[in-house]
Amino acid sequence: MTRTSISGGTSATPTSSRLPFKVREVLARLGVTGLGLLVLAIFLLPLAYVLITSLKLDTQMTTIGAPLWPAKPATFSYQGQEYPLYEVPIETGTQRLAMVKPYRENSDMMDPAHPEQGVFNVKGRWRTWQAVYVFSPNLKNFTDAWSQVNFTRLFRNSFLLAGISTIGTLFACILVAYGFTRFPIPGKNILFVILIATIVLPPQATIIPLYILFNKLGWTGSWLPLLVPAFFANAYDVFLLRQYFMSIPKELDEAAMIDGANPIQILVSIIIPQAGPAITAVTIFHFFFVWNQYFEPLVYLIGKTKLYPISVGIGAFVTTFSTFPGRSAATAVLTLLLPAVIFFLAQRQFMQGIVVTGVEK
Amino acid sequence: MSSTDVNASRSSVLPRPRLSANARRQRRWGILFLLPWLIGFFAFQLLPILFTIFLSFTNYSGGREFKPGNFDMVGLANFQRLATDPDVLPSMGVTLKFALIGIPLGLIVPLGIALLVNSKRLIGSNVFRTLFYLPSVIPVVAGSIIFGGVLNAQSGWLNLSLQAIGITNPPRWFTDPTWAGFALNLLAIWAVGNGMIILLASLQGVPTELYEAATVDGAGPIKKFFYITIPMISPVIFYNVTIGLIGAFQFFVPALLIGGINGDPQKSLLFFPMHFYRTAFPLSQMGYGSVLALVIFVVTMAATAVLFFFAQRLVYYASGELNS
Repeated sequence: MTRTSISGGTSATPTSSRLPFKVREVLARLGVTGLGLLVLAIFLLPLAYVLITSLKLDTQMTTIGAPLWPAKPATFSYQGQEYPLYEVPIETGTQRLAMVKPYRENSDMMDPAHPEQGVFNVKGRWRTWQAVYVFSPNLKNFTDAWSQVNFTRLFRNSFLLAGISTIGTLFACILVAYGFTRFPIPGKNILFVILIATIVLPPQATIIPLYILFNKLGWTGSWLPLLVPAFFANAYDVFLLRQYFMSIPKELDEAAMIDGANPIQILVSIIIPQAGPAITAVTIFHFFFVWNQYFEPLVYLIGKTKLYPISVGIGAFVTTFSTFPGRSAATAVLTLLLPAVIFFLAQRQFMQGIVVTGVEK
Repeated sequence: MSSTDVNASRSSVLPRPRLSANARRQRRWGILFLLPWLIGFFAFQLLPILFTIFLSFTNYSGGREFKPGNFDMVGLANFQRLATDPDVLPSMGVTLKFALIGIPLGLIVPLGIALLVNSKRLIGSNVFRTLFYLPSVIPVVAGSIIFGGVLNAQSGWLNLSLQAIGITNPPRWFTDPTWAGFALNLLAIWAVGNGMIILLASLQGVPTELYEAATVDGAGPIKKFFYITIPMISPVIFYNVTIGLIGAFQFFVPALLIGGINGDPQKSLLFFPMHFYRTAFPLSQMGYGSVLALVIFVVTMAATAVLFFFAQRLVYYASGELNS
């Protein structure tokens, strides 16, 4: 760019072969980005919908002619009275007038710009006129939802459940993945196939006996059935970690072994520090997995509302949507806010980790 | 033997005993590291499955304590009931329809978005990646509330948009039995993030030399996509399809939240796993529930086996991928 401006018109011939390419490249970039924005808009539309609905009063949803954005009817106040504003059709378009008294075929109106002209009569059915609205987000839905649901307790429960379960999963899965990656174990390949096969295992196939077992142990109605199994590793996260561990050169742990390090020291001082991206990925995946869990808490915590995580705690709000859309939407916003914030805070590290995994493979 | 292995490992005179002593020690460590999974596998997976098979021959009801005398062996009665239960076939149909639509969608949409955000021409691709992933972290309950609203027949934005582009009679989604299942497909595909990220990583793992060589040979972008990209990322595509299949056969929570325990409207959201859930837990019929659980188990296993059979011909594994 700067070079062209310096050399001026004389360089027109050498740049002309480069310029169309540049233009094409810019157009391609704009085209791809435009497509991306369109697809993204479709994807994020539901989020925009729930945010906007949560800020609207339910009465607005049922009013014909009300805008989609949170709004209230605009009024004109005159001598202590509030008069609604309408766009009244006149010969040259429309005029914004305040309605003093509506009748069927004509109405008494005032011009807010010239109130000194007083009340005058306008012909036409006021019901066909477009009411004027002003932007007015309303937080009433949030205060209603907050007073109806104990969000503090639900958040705390979900946070503890997801946190403890993630610690257990990391602990167990790192050990198991390490075992699968670095040690000669008889029948290792068959064991690994079995491990991977358990990804396919539907939870329904085991939940009745587990319920009976946990009931016998007196664990139902507590968090134990949700937390204890996390400390015994799961196939998905072991697989992810193993794939990453395999990409770490063996020479490093062999060197450490010659220096007399035992396998646990090698794991802690060589493998784990190099597996940061994979560990971060597993942490986030598992945290959100537990945060999302609905089926297991529903089955094992049956009735114990004080122990409910947020997923089960607000389940009833799905069906009340048609009656109280605003409050349901506010509940949904409150529920998704924390995962979204955590995701935004951790995403840089997370995306980077995924990219590193991909490039270094 | 173990007392000598320190010395043995230092001397290189006798190769075989040194190797075996070292290997034995390494093996012991390895088994120790696998223990969490081995215990968990037996306690929480293998034994429970065997127990589910046992329960399927009993009339055990969840309301009573599990002990001899509180249930009877009923032979094949539960399996006979499977054949006469009027909800079995329709609920299988609901799940199958969901899978047949959801699995292709769950492959194509994440792949398309991964290709988009992988494009060098996309300005601010990191922002796009983050925002496309965002719906995946939204809890399923919140997602169900949101889609209940967006797909509302009158006030939902989808139908308002459809009406705006001239479709006067858009589907009534969750209140129309023909469309309710598809509405949940839309809800499911909203969480595109995991598939997208995994595919994106694998797209970035395709060696650039391959594309360069293809360019030299005169291949265009479409040829490169089908002859290089797709074969090179086929293991990940296969992985995504497998995960999608398993997920589809287990899917029911949003249906339970939106359609209630009977899968309204008109049982169009009565997914098979939901039929299982209401039989085994709210109705406490754990004997018959075990039969339904076994159906889910067998069907999932069979479908995965078929998938693996085809994958052996269709998936390209780089050499050494399967060996550690």
